[in-house]
Amino acid sequence: MTPHMLTRSLDRSATIFLAVVAACGILIPLSNLLLPAGSFLQVPTYLVALWGKYVCYAILALSIDLIWGYCGILSLGHGAFFALGGYAMGMYLMRQIGTRGVYGNPVLPDFMVFLNYSKLPWTWYGFDMFWFAALMVLVVPGLLAFCFGWLAFRSRVTGVYLSIITQAMTYALLLAFFRNDFGFGGNNGLTDFKDILGFNVQAEGTRAALFALSCLALIAGFLICRAIVSSKLGKVLIAVRDAESRTRFLGYRVESYKLFVFTVSACMAGVAGALYVPQVGIINPSEFAPGNSIEAVIWVAVGGRGTLVGAALGAVVVNYAKTFFTSGVLAPYWLFMLGALFILVTLLLPKGIVGTFNAWWDSSKEKRAATMASAAAEDGVAEPKMAE
Amino acid sequence: MNVMDTRATSAMLYLDGVHVSFDGFHAINNLSLTLEPGEMRAIIGPNGAGKTTMMDIITGKTKPDEGTVLFDGVTDLTRLDETRIAELGIGRKFQKPTVFESQTVQDNLLLALNVDHSVRGTLFWRGSRDEAERIDRVLETIRLTEARNRLAGSLSHGQKQWLEIGMLLAQDPKLLLVDEPVAGMTDVETHLTAELLKEINKTHTVVVVEHDMTFVRELGVKVTCLHEGTVLAEGTIDQVSSNERVIEVYLGR
Ligand SMILES: Nc1ncnc2c1ncn2[C@@H]1O[C@H](COP(=O)(O)OP(=O)(O)OP(=O)(O)O)[C@@H](O)[C@H]1O
Ligand SMILES: [Mg+2]
Repeated sequence: MTPHMLTRSLDRSATIFLAVVAACGILIPLSNLLLPAGSFLQVPTYLVALWGKYVCYAILALSIDLIWGYCGILSLGHGAFFALGGYAMGMYLMRQIGTRGVYGNPVLPDFMVFLNYSKLPWTWYGFDMFWFAALMVLVVPGLLAFCFGWLAFRSRVTGVYLSIITQAMTYALLLAFFRNDFGFGGNNGLTDFKDILGFNVQAEGTRAALFALSCLALIAGFLICRAIVSSKLGKVLIAVRDAESRTRFLGYRVESYKLFVFTVSACMAGVAGALYVPQVGIINPSEFAPGNSIEAVIWVAVGGRGTLVGAALGAVVVNYAKTFFTSGVLAPYWLFMLGALFILVTLLLPKGIVGTFNAWWDSSKEKRAATMASAAAEDGVAEPKMAE
Repeated sequence: MNVMDTRATSAMLYLDGVHVSFDGFHAINNLSLTLEPGEMRAIIGPNGAGKTTMMDIITGKTKPDEGTVLFDGVTDLTRLDETRIAELGIGRKFQKPTVFESQTVQDNLLLALNVDHSVRGTLFWRGSRDEAERIDRVLETIRLTEARNRLAGSLSHGQKQWLEIGMLLAQDPKLLLVDEPVAGMTDVETHLTAELLKEINKTHTVVVVEHDMTFVRELGVKVTCLHEGTVLAEGTIDQVSSNERVIEVYLGR
């Protein structure tokens, strides 16, 4: 009985979620573009960009929930995959600047001219083509996750040890990207973007389109995650999460399963980063900061681990709170508030917002079913006996 | 070992001179054991005798320091990992019942079915009538048909034991290792479990570890008594239980 209800309630929340995201993806850009500026229902452009950022965070949160909520892999380095996707997009945007840069070099981005590069480093080849950059958005994070996972999962690094090496990974990348001679803009990162696929990145229309695209990517990511977790593979993932060694004794190659979801998840995080960069207009090494990855895990915990919808919701809610509190007098205390939030949620709502709601909904439904059953029994209808 | 003969032994399971030590503690000492195809063997012995550790060795969880472990006469199990050994056809029920608590009873069985276990196979899996029927049959056998949609975590201890035996049935291995199947069961349940294992033994080779002597007697099979990681006595239940050493270390308390 219960699990059936569970899937039904998940389906219900999934439907609501998809409807809300689709509505936002259509209505917000339309309102921004079609309604007169300043009118009550018009969403101003700065909000479109801000909310677009939240949507990208929601995709990142989904990718974390896929591995943490369903397979028990707590990655504290997922910000690295997000940032790598962002850099891949940023490199495309840099090469679109062309002669419009300060130094007017048709091939070399400004920072390379400034650092006396004589020619384009090989790592930048191909990034003038959008399709190549888009491919790299998936390939670079995916390949890193594959190599990292191959080593870690095959040597059966799990639990807190795995979390620590994911932190080390993102920290190592942070240090590398900070270096000027690494060739990706050093601590300034990549910025001053002009256009994307020929459209001005600052233009209202482009921003609205990027927002709509982000919503589309969130929907696609959600559907992919749902497809994975509701397949038999999803059951194997949960088995790995709950009793990893038991799963091995049934003949499953646990490391292959982990590698698969970890790689898919990293690709999703990469896409989130790629959509994020044109909307915020900059990518720099601070995106690799270990704290960012930890924050993303907190979003998932707050929203509800292992629910997908909760992860996305958590990302939006926490980031909305962040925007709200960091713009006022409470700004210096935001990190303390985030920490307190995490502790409170862990203690009071261990299932997160959506998990708690689902549990409550199921139990109240069960109660109603029970009252109905007892009423039926009084009417003399025989109840099927449960096996004890 | 004869080089000309690929099958070193006719045995389903062959352990010889196996040693395992944990930080200098010798858990298994020169253990030798032979199990013929189709046989059922009961293993008894005091706590810490090494019964579970023996199963760990056979299923690849623990690597022996020394000794031979052959499956089906040809396969050296000491070189393989848990997954590979399970694929070869060795299934195991754990001492502490280990089922997937947050999944339903029937999903537990579905996960145990010996079908394609590859990532691609499970991602694109579609249930077949044959699989559904097999699950139905197992549910019937372990008397959990009514509970099929309940979460495994909500089952009683005895039911979890049965579910785990059911998972073994779904896995349909050549060799079943069953560690303390009747712990926490009522007398009636214990009796039913003995019947079930005897039924399973008609088509499978089985090793059962158990402390419950009534249960072991009911199985009516050859008994091996382990003590301090080595075989103390072997024979019929009457021979073993009248053995002085066995009485001294195990029975006669
Ligand atoms: N991984 C391990 N590390 C250290 N010691 C171990 C390990 N596994 C088993 N032992 C030790 O080896 C000895 C044999 O343990 P084992 O679990 O095989 O006993 P058993 O015969 O199954 O006992 P019981 O009847 O209590 O289940 C025990 O003393 C145990 O503490
Ligand atoms: Mg034991």
